[in-house]
This record gives sequence, C-alpha cells and structure tokens, in this order.
Amino acid sequence: MKTIEGKYILTDVLLVEDSPGDVRLTQEAFRDANLLVNLHVATDGADALAFLRRQGHHADAPRPDLILLDLNLPKMDGRQVLAHIKEDDALKTIPTVILTTSEAEADIVRSYQLKANCYLTKPVQLDEFEGLVKSINDFWLTKAKLPQQRVSLAN
Amino acid sequence: MSTEVLLVEDSAGDVRLTREAFRDVNAAINLSVVSDGVEAMEFLRNQGEYIHAPRPDLILLDLNLPKMDGREVLALIKADSHLRMIPTVILTTSDAAADIAKSYQLQVNCYLSKPAQWDAFAGLVKNIIDFWLTKVKLPSQRTTQ
Repeated sequence: MKTIEGKYILTDVLLVEDSPGDVRLTQEAFRDANLLVNLHVATDGADALAFLRRQGHHADAPRPDLILLDLNLPKMDGRQVLAHIKEDDALKTIPTVILTTSEAEADIVRSYQLKANCYLTKPVQLDEFEGLVKSINDFWLTKAKLPQQRVSLAN
Repeated sequence: MSTEVLLVEDSAGDVRLTREAFRDVNAAINLSVVSDGVEAMEFLRNQGEYIHAPRPDLILLDLNLPKMDGREVLALIKADSHLRMIPTVILTTSDAAADIAKSYQLQVNCYLSKPAQWDAFAGLVKNIIDFWLTKVKLPSQRTTQ
C-alpha cells in the first residue's frame, strides 16, 4: 500500500489484455480486493507501449507501479512488449507479471529469459481466476516493495 | 522431485525462523542455506564443497552479507545465462528507496523487507511459499540447465 506522509495514494496497474471477459473479471477482482488500485487497460501490445511511453492519446498516462501482461496479443505480442520494457532503462524497473492461458514450458522459459518478474497462468474457473488476482494484489501491492516513482525516474 | 530453495542469509536467527516457517508450510521443500555471498556463488556454480548442490528453483537473498554483498550476488546471477532464469527474491531488513531501486535495476524478481516482529516474518515466509512455489510457474529444471 503506497502512502505519502501517512495518506494512502492510488496504485496504478496497467493490464495488457485483449479478452474483454478477462479484463472485466480482473477489474471486478481488483475492485473487491483493493479500492486503491487504479487499473488501466491496453488491449494490444502497441497500445501498451504507447501507454508506457506516453505517446499519442496516452500523453498524460501515469507510470504504472505494476504491469500485468498477456502473451498472445494483437499487433505486437506480449513477448515483444516484455522485451521492449526490459531493454528500456526508463521502464525496466517496473515489475512485469505475465498472466496468460499458456502453460507451455517454452513460453515460461522464454518469459524468464526476457526478465519477466514472474509468470502466472490464468485459471479456467471463475472463482480461481478471482483468487489469483487477489493473490497478485496481496503479494505485489501489499507485501512486495516496489520502486518509488521518483527514485526510479531519477536513475 | 522436491522443490529446492536457496536461502542466502548471515543472521542465524533469521535462518532459524525461515526454516521453521518452511517446515510448517511444506515439509517437501528442501531449504539449503549459505551465509555469505561467496558461498552463494559457489553453491550456484557447483564449485568446491558444493559440487553436488542442487540447482535451486527459487533464491531468497539478503542484501547485507559478509565477503560479497547481496547486490553483487544479484548482479552475478542476472549476468549469468545459466542462472538468470532462477527467480531471485530480495529479503532484507533494508527498506531504503535506493536499495529497492537498485535491486529492480539489477533485475531482481521481487523485493521484500523483513518485518521486525517474528510472527509477521513467519507470515511473510508463508506468503513467499504460497505465491512463488504454488501460484507462480517456474521454469522446469530440465529446460534451464
């Protein structure tokens, strides 16, 4: 939970997901788990990078504290998006969690090679999907220490 | 095949607490412990007395360590094409913004600070086990050797 001088402030999460159903489920699960999460959605890889680089209509986009990235995406796939994030000095410190239906060993290995912070597979069952989003919220947004915006931008 | 975790920690008390928390949650996890950075690299590279050491599925790494500190160990792990895929979690008393930023720049998988209270510490170790060893998909040993 992010605080500044004792006040809670919103945590920005970027969800890169092309399935409207999964977007909706993720939004609902975050709403139940943590009202202080501001969830932004990009529906393809090119849009995700434009958001992260504040290009086009994303000129005022916040820098996300956490990125949830699907692998199979239109325009530019998640592997390419991940490679771009982790090669970019301004972006690579943002924890990037792969969230995909793929359980293929090749995808898991490739994602860790590309420096994904962790790899999660989407459960098929609704309540398990919800539970996983809650685990992500609990682990990454309450337990893990994330780089502060100020510090990570200054370096 | 049992899950292998390497704990790099020089505080005997923290090692003991971590061992107990692992034992309580899942006795099938094999926790190996080394107490300085040089030993950690020997373990990971199967050198010296660690020639038969297992390849860990997860590394828990303290920052302030004797001989070679955790930042250097992290940099060596992430620069090594055989080791970089092993998820490495910093577990330290430091919550300095500079340490957090530096660790993410060195491509740490995740940064956690140790709570001062022992029950909170045990709780955090349980969270690590639950998240990293049951939810997260790790690369299998076979494909990462």
